[in-house]
Amino acid sequence: MAVGKNLREDPQVLIQAINEICLELDTIRLMEVCGTHTVSLFRSGVRSLLPANLRLVSGPGCPVCVTSQGYIDAAIDATRLDNVTLCTYGDMLRVPGRAGSLESRRAEGAAIEICYSIRDALRYAGANKDRQVIFLSVGFETTAPAAAQAVLEAEQKDLQNFTILSGHKLVMPALGALLASGDMPIDGFLLPGHVSVIIGSDAYADLVDVHAKCCAVAGFEPLQMLSAIRALAAQLRHGTPRLENVYGVAVSGAGNRHALSSLDRVFDEADTVWRAMGTIPLSGLELKDEFGRFDARKRFGLTIGDDYDPPGCRCGEVIQGRLDPPDCALFGAECTHEQPIGPCMVSGEGTCAAWYRYGPAKTQGGRP
Amino acid sequence: MKQTSSSHVVLAHGGGGELTRKLLSERVIPRLANEFLDPLTDSAVLPAVEGEICFTTDSYVVEPLIFPGGDIGRLAICGTVNDLAVMGARPLALSVGLILEEGLPLELLDRVVDSMAAAAKEAAVPVVTGDTKVIEQRGGSGMTITTAGVGAMRAGFRPGAGLIEAGDRVIVSGLIAEHGLAVMAARESLGIDSLLKSDAAPLAGLVKTVCDACHTIRFVRDPTRGGVAGVVADLVDDAALGVEIEESALPIAPAVRHAAELLGLDPLTVANEGKIVIVVSEEDAERALEACRSHPLGRAATIVGRIVESDPPLAELITRIGGRLVIQRPYGEELPRIC
Repeated sequence: MAVGKNLREDPQVLIQAINEICLELDTIRLMEVCGTHTVSLFRSGVRSLLPANLRLVSGPGCPVCVTSQGYIDAAIDATRLDNVTLCTYGDMLRVPGRAGSLESRRAEGAAIEICYSIRDALRYAGANKDRQVIFLSVGFETTAPAAAQAVLEAEQKDLQNFTILSGHKLVMPALGALLASGDMPIDGFLLPGHVSVIIGSDAYADLVDVHAKCCAVAGFEPLQMLSAIRALAAQLRHGTPRLENVYGVAVSGAGNRHALSSLDRVFDEADTVWRAMGTIPLSGLELKDEFGRFDARKRFGLTIGDDYDPPGCRCGEVIQGRLDPPDCALFGAECTHEQPIGPCMVSGEGTCAAWYRYGPAKTQGGRP
Repeated sequence: MKQTSSSHVVLAHGGGGELTRKLLSERVIPRLANEFLDPLTDSAVLPAVEGEICFTTDSYVVEPLIFPGGDIGRLAICGTVNDLAVMGARPLALSVGLILEEGLPLELLDRVVDSMAAAAKEAAVPVVTGDTKVIEQRGGSGMTITTAGVGAMRAGFRPGAGLIEAGDRVIVSGLIAEHGLAVMAARESLGIDSLLKSDAAPLAGLVKTVCDACHTIRFVRDPTRGGVAGVVADLVDDAALGVEIEESALPIAPAVRHAAELLGLDPLTVANEGKIVIVVSEEDAERALEACRSHPLGRAATIVGRIVESDPPLAELITRIGGRLVIQRPYGEELPRIC
């Protein structure tokens, strides 16, 4: 079986194969869609071993980075409500908003709990019935099913003090919007394993059928990422875009029906604002009306305001693969891991944070 | 349960009166007893020492107070002993300052003091003086400990980054990232705590064993907060040389690797409390390694990298597939990630 063979292959053999194929190609640009891929490609050293004419660019796949400033501001507003504890993933804490960050609000005494999953927030609400608990529910199809399950459980337990501020987003509408803009020099997509487990590889059909892009689904181990990159390079050399799945062990064509049906049960697809990309039709998830009492927006009258860029910040271009972090004037100067200006520097999955953390361009391949 | 002065710390325990005397004489001093502490004079009187004196202090806060493999008491003794040990000093005496929050169960205090006594015994260092204060409940973990320590410097031995040369080898004395992940897993109730244990241990004996065995030890540091990454980043800054660490050589227990992946943390940046990073000359590297492994706290010691000429000076990780990436010290609090 092809997958088993790929997984057993030697990374050195794969690297050599990629280099040989790329000798016959002009510069190619592959987008890794997912923030976990961005980090893993650096962390495993894969980037440093790729030929110079193979460029890896990041896509809109870091949950914190694609979250609009309006959402961040709404979250900060929520910390000023009476008797409210805000529960959030750690990554969200340091994103600057108009009036400071959640981290600075926490330092000022606001009740903010860091959670590893929405289940922690649910437990916290169950154990602290005198507090209103708002969970900052962000993320793609990977975290959304757990959010759906949590809302169903809150309903079943009749929890009166648990709500979510949904910032959930969907991967495919964003890729569609990127390609529809018409000026994206992307030759192929390295598609994310985790999201694909949920939505299934069939969900990407349009990328090949409509947009004629090369596609490969991979997990996050170096061998998988190298196998997928080799597959993409080979497709480009032969001029035969198709969808390959080197993560077949976990990813099926149809995805996880159980997870998808819980999403359908709880959420409606809705037009959603993405950082710097504007409103993308049906690209986000909002709680259905029947679950309105678990919607923090409705219960507390929170409004998600306009999106805007912090002055000089070019995260919007970074998440669309239009700019490498070192080409932003703020990168490494005003904007550092210690004092981040934009979300791509804050999040552990952020492209700027990965570039900043894993070192100067000279050690990283794929840069001209 | 009602909190009384017989079951919990109350403000009066710190008032300097009868309750204070009772707390100390019944619960603290007997557990730590030794010939220097027992006179209970305002200061301890220690015998004269030949040569230079090494002196250090550190404060300890940890949540939860008790975690798999240790507690705040063990940490407070080991941490200060290790700060002396990595200077090559022989620890001579420790002080302990306890700041207790009212409401702390006395049973918990007993357990922590017992643990300090056990760790001090393990390190063969007496606690010779101390102080106890009680503060109002502030919603903290209930207890803060400050320890200080004095030690006798080893004659003719002053390790430091300035001695490091290209070609030197980098050794870590055992499995890394255990302490930080054990505490985090306990704090967050991850349900994987049973597999993770803090490595907190007093290391003066291990350092002495290594220093006795070879004379070209350039540098010793305990990779506590900031982990091994923090130490090698400091090394590069201070020595103005490069460091190459082989990822495949790093000793990491499977449970630790798994927990780190789950939390999105890099084991290189996670705290250790019972390990040392040693830089030693190339020709003495095997001897230093053997010496480490001959000690119970250094059985899993490994040569993980080497010092190289590099311009600019960089700490680099050579990954399993032969790639390279820069090792940097982590920023502040390591935060768990989304999904």
